[in-house]
Amino acid sequence: MASFKHPQILIASNLTDGEVVFLGASGWERDHRRARVALNAEEAAALEASGKRDISANRVVDVYLADVEIGGDGAPTPMHYRERMRVKGPSVRLDLGKQAAGGAP
Amino acid sequence: MTAHDPEALRRPNAPTTTYRYDDYDAAFVRERVAEFREQVRRRLSGALTEEEFRPFRLMNGLYLQLHAYMLRVAIPYGTLTARQMRRLADIADRWDKGYGHFTTRQNLQYNWPKLVDTPDILEALADVEMHAIQTSGNCIRNVTADHFAGVAPDEIEDPRPTAEFLRQWSSLHPEFSFLPRKFKIAVTGAEHDRAAIMVHDIGLRIVRNDKGEIGYQVVAGGGLGRSPFVGKVVGDFVPRHDLLAFLEAIMRVYNRFGRRDNKYKARIKILVHEKGIDDIRAEVEAEFAAMDRSVFVHDPEEFERIAGFFAPPPYESLARDSQILHAAKLETPAFANFADVNVSAHKIPGYAIVTVSLKPIGGVPGDATSDQMRVLADASERFGFGELRVSHEQNIILPHVKQDDLFALWRMLDAAGLATANAGLVSDIIACPGMDYCSLATARSIPIAQAISKRFADMSRQRRIGKLGIKISGCINACGHHHVGAIGILGLEKKGQESYQITLGGDPTFSASIGEILGPGVTAEQAPDVIEHLVDFYLAEREEGEAFIDTWRRIGHARFKDALRREGEDGADI
Repeated sequence: MASFKHPQILIASNLTDGEVVFLGASGWERDHRRARVALNAEEAAALEASGKRDISANRVVDVYLADVEIGGDGAPTPMHYRERMRVKGPSVRLDLGKQAAGGAP
Repeated sequence: MTAHDPEALRRPNAPTTTYRYDDYDAAFVRERVAEFREQVRRRLSGALTEEEFRPFRLMNGLYLQLHAYMLRVAIPYGTLTARQMRRLADIADRWDKGYGHFTTRQNLQYNWPKLVDTPDILEALADVEMHAIQTSGNCIRNVTADHFAGVAPDEIEDPRPTAEFLRQWSSLHPEFSFLPRKFKIAVTGAEHDRAAIMVHDIGLRIVRNDKGEIGYQVVAGGGLGRSPFVGKVVGDFVPRHDLLAFLEAIMRVYNRFGRRDNKYKARIKILVHEKGIDDIRAEVEAEFAAMDRSVFVHDPEEFERIAGFFAPPPYESLARDSQILHAAKLETPAFANFADVNVSAHKIPGYAIVTVSLKPIGGVPGDATSDQMRVLADASERFGFGELRVSHEQNIILPHVKQDDLFALWRMLDAAGLATANAGLVSDIIACPGMDYCSLATARSIPIAQAISKRFADMSRQRRIGKLGIKISGCINACGHHHVGAIGILGLEKKGQESYQITLGGDPTFSASIGEILGPGVTAEQAPDVIEHLVDFYLAEREEGEAFIDTWRRIGHARFKDALRREGEDGADI
């Protein structure tokens, strides 16, 4: 098991439309702020196990854990700029992606 | 029959100068769409896992990117009809988000298609004789060509019949469907290379020998990416009747000796570099001599049939220079700038080649909205026999415009935001999608292009600087051709931040060279300052009429490095 350094969320792409989704308390969410946060290695492994089940169930593809930091409101924000891009949308088209729908600040 | 015969003109896709599907082609593409529809159905039902489905979707140009799927549509040798361009616009509106991105491989990418819609999109493409086959995977990709094909004054022969011939040879070729890595071919028939053939796996240059016969200089082992190389001549003059057999021999040698154990060493450029061109040439010649060439023997009738589709349109007999154009330039300075920068000489008197820049100041290089695509389609029908080209520089070309019509065309383009007069200038930047879209990217490239473009927004300053190619890639795969930019920029990750490595001295033409690294990477914020300092130093050092690459070659890389270091010492924030 990889060493656990930061809280993590599980990111994937929805199979039918390719949109980025995040494993939440009761299924896949399109807003990262509703993602379930793993605070230790066991919780991260549980997230991964759920992801694998949903790969097998043909709900999602390209599933992986991403490090996050927790804001004052308790919502997770990805630490790496790549994943920060994924929770918003293209930085050169603010009218597109999740940021356009108001899903990500 | 040519595409401009009365019978051809009655076809729904006319008028045009491009290859038309025959019954076999049409049936093949339809069958492929039906096959993919079934594969998607099986994927959604769970009958296929992602691992099983992935090769199928890639064979049909469908990738999974950062925010969504991405569909890459093939535009063979960059030639489009007005009807095809309109269909691309309609697809953008119906199944995507109202725009498309023209790429350095003369293709078009949609950034937001849904998997469930993709079979319908492919069906809509098939209606206009288009597809997305072999735009991905370890196969021979879309064959590219000079975007001035058929109209350039410096041309020996239109390269598109050869490109189409190669497309038919390489499409679903059983020996070449699972190569060690992807394989890219480019063709030019001109004295000046506008197709970057020296940095392709195989580059073909149509040449004429002492007897006046047409043949091909064959270059192999060029390429960009992680390990950039300029290609080397493997065949100095290959007669047309030997072309397919000779290329088949190269592919067999590559298939036999190319490495499959390491994807980073699997391209033919590594094989040519490690074995040496003399060994490779000997292997190719031995294979060529030993193989049964009868199955590859040139079919002149078929070649002529294909060439017929690219016959010249019915040009009018016109004076070499247009008085209407001359008067309009005097009357309207903005149009004069456009005519001076974006209009190129045509082989037919009274006509011109127009480059429509998809690089508005501060815009996204290569992007066009669906409305702009329709304007381009309309413009091509009104002024240019319904034909368009996509350049590997991510611009659109109208190849047959009467000089008398240039002003009216410019007004039409200007109204659609398509009249930026910067073709070949410092703001005509090639940039890959980078991390704004691409899952392979290590940094963003579009915002860097936008910042540099805005820095040089003054068009008179751009014209004073002259031709200068800046090329930006968002990762080492080099889709933005940064290695062959006079100024190249490569986006990387450094300690969790985006960092940009700058190279100087790249050249994509027959005098090809790979750029040399300038120094440590810079931040996104620093990049425009650094580029501006480099350009200012060039302006101070250049001799009369000297291009950036020539000044760099004359005075040397070290002088540019020193100049930048001095600027830093003087307190500039670089």
